Amino acid sequence: MDRREFLGGTAALAGATALPGIARAQGATELSFFYPVAVGGPITKLIDAYAAGFEKENPSIKLKPIYAGTYQETIVKALTAHKSGTPPVLSVLLSTDMYTLIDEEAIVPFDDFIKTDEDKKWLSSFFPGFMENSQTGGKTWGIPFQRSTVVLYWNKELFKEAGLDPERPPKTWAEQLEFAQKLTKRDAAGNVTQWGIQIPSSGFPYWLFQGLSTQAGAILANPAGDKTDYANPGVVEALQYWVDLAQKHKVHPPGIVEWGTTPRDFFERKVAMMWTTTGNLTNVRANAKFPFGVAVLPAGKKPGSPTGGGNFYLSKKATKAEQEAAFKFVRWITTPERAAQWSAETGYVAVTPASYETEAMKKYVADFPQALVARDQLPSAVAELSTHENQRVTKALNDGLQAALTGTKTPQKAMEDAQAEAERILKAYR
Amino acid sequence: MSAATQPAPAATRTDPYAPKGLALTLESTGAILLALIWVLPLAYAVWAAFHPAEYTTRFVLTAPLTLDNFTRAWAAAPFARYFLNTFILVTLILAFQIVLGTLAAYALARQDFWGRDVAFVLILAQLMIMPDALIVENYRTLAKVNLIDTIPAIALPYIASAFGIFLLRQTFKTVPKELDDAARVEGASPLQVLMKVYVPLAKPTYVAYGLVSVSYHWNNFLWPLLVTNSVESRPLTVGLQVFSSADQGIDWAVICAATLMTSAPLLVGFLLFQRQFVQSFMRAGIK
Amino acid sequence: MTNRATATIHGWLLLLPAMACLALFTHWPAVASFIESFYSTPKARRPARFIGLENYQQMLADPIFWKAMSNNLWFALGTIPTSIALALLMAVWVNDKIAGRTLVRMAFFTPTILPMIAVANIWLFFYTPQYGLLEQITGLFGARSTNWLGSQDTALYAITIVAIWKEAGFFMIFYLAALQAIPPSLGEAAAIEGASRWTFFRRIQFPLLMPTTLFVLINAVINAFRMVDHVFVMTRGGPDNATTLLLFYIYQVGFGFWDTAYAATLTCVLLALLALVAFVQYGWLERRTHYQ
Repeated sequence: MDRREFLGGTAALAGATALPGIARAQGATELSFFYPVAVGGPITKLIDAYAAGFEKENPSIKLKPIYAGTYQETIVKALTAHKSGTPPVLSVLLSTDMYTLIDEEAIVPFDDFIKTDEDKKWLSSFFPGFMENSQTGGKTWGIPFQRSTVVLYWNKELFKEAGLDPERPPKTWAEQLEFAQKLTKRDAAGNVTQWGIQIPSSGFPYWLFQGLSTQAGAILANPAGDKTDYANPGVVEALQYWVDLAQKHKVHPPGIVEWGTTPRDFFERKVAMMWTTTGNLTNVRANAKFPFGVAVLPAGKKPGSPTGGGNFYLSKKATKAEQEAAFKFVRWITTPERAAQWSAETGYVAVTPASYETEAMKKYVADFPQALVARDQLPSAVAELSTHENQRVTKALNDGLQAALTGTKTPQKAMEDAQAEAERILKAYR
Repeated sequence: MSAATQPAPAATRTDPYAPKGLALTLESTGAILLALIWVLPLAYAVWAAFHPAEYTTRFVLTAPLTLDNFTRAWAAAPFARYFLNTFILVTLILAFQIVLGTLAAYALARQDFWGRDVAFVLILAQLMIMPDALIVENYRTLAKVNLIDTIPAIALPYIASAFGIFLLRQTFKTVPKELDDAARVEGASPLQVLMKVYVPLAKPTYVAYGLVSVSYHWNNFLWPLLVTNSVESRPLTVGLQVFSSADQGIDWAVICAATLMTSAPLLVGFLLFQRQFVQSFMRAGIK
Repeated sequence: MTNRATATIHGWLLLLPAMACLALFTHWPAVASFIESFYSTPKARRPARFIGLENYQQMLADPIFWKAMSNNLWFALGTIPTSIALALLMAVWVNDKIAGRTLVRMAFFTPTILPMIAVANIWLFFYTPQYGLLEQITGLFGARSTNWLGSQDTALYAITIVAIWKEAGFFMIFYLAALQAIPPSLGEAAAIEGASRWTFFRRIQFPLLMPTTLFVLINAVINAFRMVDHVFVMTRGGPDNATTLLLFYIYQVGFGFWDTAYAATLTCVLLALLALVAFVQYGWLERRTHYQ
């Protein structure tokens, strides 16, 4: 997860854009491959190593990774290139960009390449929670790779101080509230010096909210991505719970909680429990000066969390041979062993249950058991909210959530308004 | 406080309205207080950048000093490349702005020709219709000519500056006509007159305008954000933003180190030359 | 006649490079935005088609547009007079022989040099609840904790203050240069007449600074519609669009939703607004000059 709405992009504006022409070698199939990471980080070295390893096993294929920056920059680049005629054969883009890429006719489904039983087995080997964001209309458009989910972090020291069992995170909404009440401290003047819990709500509140709404038994959008269900009673109930944490029970900071400062709030002991991405594991591990725990999100009617992150997509404009070669690479890099290695080295969630059974993974989690939490949550994880006109439709929800959290609308009204707006936008797609 | 009420001795040529005594003390206090508030973000940046991350929010005088944040920031993003890009960018923009602006300003100030007033109004329009408002269309134009993700793409919408033309025109108008005539009598062509007479006299304006232009484009963000995608073309501001908006939340220590690092050239330049800058503004007649 | 013809050719040749650039990147895009605002946004299977005023109807019915407009007007009202007044005050102070004049002047000017995108992160820390700098200071006086950026009541003020901080020092330089250019003899004459310092400022200095004020005013107005960098870092337009300014919304629509036709429509409104301001200002200038 990242600040994706920052330049969150969908269909490209440009008619044609400069992209160094991707030469297509005569003999070997050359595969250009867009990867959403800034140049120079540790991930580029990993990907380079994977590419070299793959080329060694497949001398007829030349892999050319291009590090395109953030997710937003990568999709803008990929789509403008798509319009100018030389798109990358393979790219890793946000899973939520699927409908946009389909609408722009930029990608082909993977189904055409699934031929053998082994291929079929491979396709069904991923966590279903990740596949929900990769399939629509009976086809598989993306293969999960760089994925994350929302988890709860808690400060064991503060739990002990509050008389709670430091090894036991809240399991239900009721417990979460109860613990938060015990963990909220006020000074003599009544000012809060330590909050019980915080769920960030700046920028992309919908993603964290999706945890709550899923736990309340609601699904925000249909699999076809052309209808939302924001005004569902479950959604309203979930929002009411969130709003009540702050406004009624006063165990959660009032107003909008900044995503960027939330980990810092946690390190400063200003908050005892926080919801944030699994992508923060390494950061928290490095900066928390106290023992901390990581847990699956507490359950409402049921447990639940959204997934997030990127998928592999195949370009529609590439030749059949290029697509085949790219498919081969995708299969190669998502084998359990490589997925395990990838997860251990980056902190991202491994995408198949089988990878958690590998030796490499077992060694990693023995050293750092918190990494297993993401896996434990995946059986109950759902697709990250994604529809046609994704940016607009999620903004409608974001605005509604922020309106309710800042107290300008009731949860009911906020969700009705958001639904009406989403309905207006999506009508054209049905 | 008798000094405050007594008139200044008439012999020395001092400003009779310059505050003295209590008034001066009050004024100084006010000014210093405001200055402290104004410099606070910079002071904080220095604090956070030179102390370990756990002290970014705690102001303890005994906190240990460190350069660690700078090494971390430098390693986390290709700042050397960003520096180079920004340097090329501001140089490119300033060079074009000066050349284009000088030619246009000269025409507007000293040539009497058909359509001059219309041209002046058309140029002044850019004072209001600033390039930032036209991001959507300008993006499209540059995409058509395959310039997206290049440094010239960042520069192009800004290289003709109404502000610059306007300033230079005002300055050129103050050049005595006699100097112009004298040069022409000696057989100088209009361009020679421009180079020999007008440009040297307008030096303070160039300096003042240069300062404004460089600091503006060094810090410009929205447009470069839109038209660049790669390290090869990204200026410092965009690099800084990409680098500071990490998943893991805000690490003020590193961000502050990066901020100081990226603004250091401008800060040092201003510290060294600030007197000259103010004087240039004064002599440039920007008032 | 021929003389004039040569002059015209010379004149336009000199103007040509600058005019060409302006035409390409200012005049044409403005016209193109206007044309495009009558078309639909092209999609993969649906090319742009003429839809008349539909984009404008959509805009009038768009609550976020209205919110952005009102935010921007408040932002302008908050930044323009305050930053100009502060700039003038700073210039007057720095022009006097106050203690530490050079340092003070430098302090006022530093915001101009620091990139907004970076200092916005620092301001974010100042505004952070509980341990942010502002909170640490107000906490000393026992004030209640405030979520400055996270509340719809305060977020717009918070970003307005950052904008004022950013531009006042820049405007100060112009006032300072103008103040120093006022001949000292005027002060002496006024002192002989027995004018108070306030009278001297109001009747002599301030009128003489009028052209500077106008120049600064134009800049302040443009800035009020241009400064959005800090919004990206501090609030991203939230909470619930409470800090969405017009240009930020254009950016969102154009480069987030890729609804280019609607973005062009919003651009037209922004341009119209700026043109209106320009006319009012020039009209006002005209009147002022008649008075003098």
